Amino acid sequence: MSISPSWYLSLSVVLFAIGALGVLVRRNVLIMFMCVELMLNAANLAFVTFARTLHDIGGQVLVFFVLVVAAAEVVVGLGIVVAIFRRRASTNADDLHLMKG
Amino acid sequence: MTALLGVLVTSSSHPTIPDVGVFAVSAAIVLAGAIGVVVARNPVHSALMLVMTLFGVAVLFVLQQASFLAAVQVIVYAGAIVVLFLFVIMFLGVDKEENVAAEPLRGQRPLAVGLVALGTTGLLLLGQVSRWTTGQPHVAGSDTGAPNVNLIGKSLYTTYLFPFEATSALLIIAVVGAVVLARRPPSATSSSEVEEADAALDAAPDAGSVPGPDRSAADPDRPEAVTTPPGDGTGDAEVDA
Repeated sequence: MSISPSWYLSLSVVLFAIGALGVLVRRNVLIMFMCVELMLNAANLAFVTFARTLHDIGGQVLVFFVLVVAAAEVVVGLGIVVAIFRRRASTNADDLHLMKG
Repeated sequence: MTALLGVLVTSSSHPTIPDVGVFAVSAAIVLAGAIGVVVARNPVHSALMLVMTLFGVAVLFVLQQASFLAAVQVIVYAGAIVVLFLFVIMFLGVDKEENVAAEPLRGQRPLAVGLVALGTTGLLLLGQVSRWTTGQPHVAGSDTGAPNVNLIGKSLYTTYLFPFEATSALLIIAVVGAVVLARRPPSATSSSEVEEADAALDAAPDAGSVPGPDRSAADPDRPEAVTTPPGDGTGDAEVDA
């Protein structure tokens, strides 16, 4: 018998919390993106744990889709970061106040 | 660590010692990497810490008999996404040390830490007092078989066929979006207009203290631009000459 699922889920909760904290605290856009990836990984870990607990392969298929969406999101997000850097020469989220009235 | 191992051994229904050891080590790697991502000053260090976390999560996938996902995790995340991050960091030349201690908004960090701690403890307590799952019967096939690549493939091409096809459209859209975003502006005139607009926006906070009526007087270009009749503009001068 393997480890109880609640340990995996607790680890997932803590990993998600660290990612959310990074998004809230850090001001570098690239590091905020990495923290979003941390949160996605926490969700993936919970999906795999539930797939094992409920004997349902759908959880693992969902992780596959999350990977695809994460790849697309990173490509578009980094494209936006490059486009912003070309105009503002900064990756600091506090510098991006063009729409402030 | 021994106390943690003892809790792990007694709480679940007799996990084997290697399982406990692998879980404890990979969980420590995952958490250390995640904390490293958040606190590292250099973005390159953050990316490498992210690789560490991703490998730890892959080990946890293997520990839960999700070997296909572990391989995909290493290939896609560590092999493609983090490399893309590193490429952009070094392409932009932002791999400089950053002052993490500087706090732009007063009170934001304690508030963020408090909110996240509240949410985390709430979730963990909720997991203690209630059931994690609803107990619904599975619909997509059992996960008990040892070679679950077959199960994933069969489920992907039967039950989840439409979402699988939709991901192809998503990837095409992402590729087109990345190309459009990374393209330089087509002509020199439009880029100079962009720079002028940026310069005007940069100068705007300085003029922000000036009251409304005086601001048009302080900016001599704007009344001219408004009152100049069409056909007398700078763009049409070349045509008239």
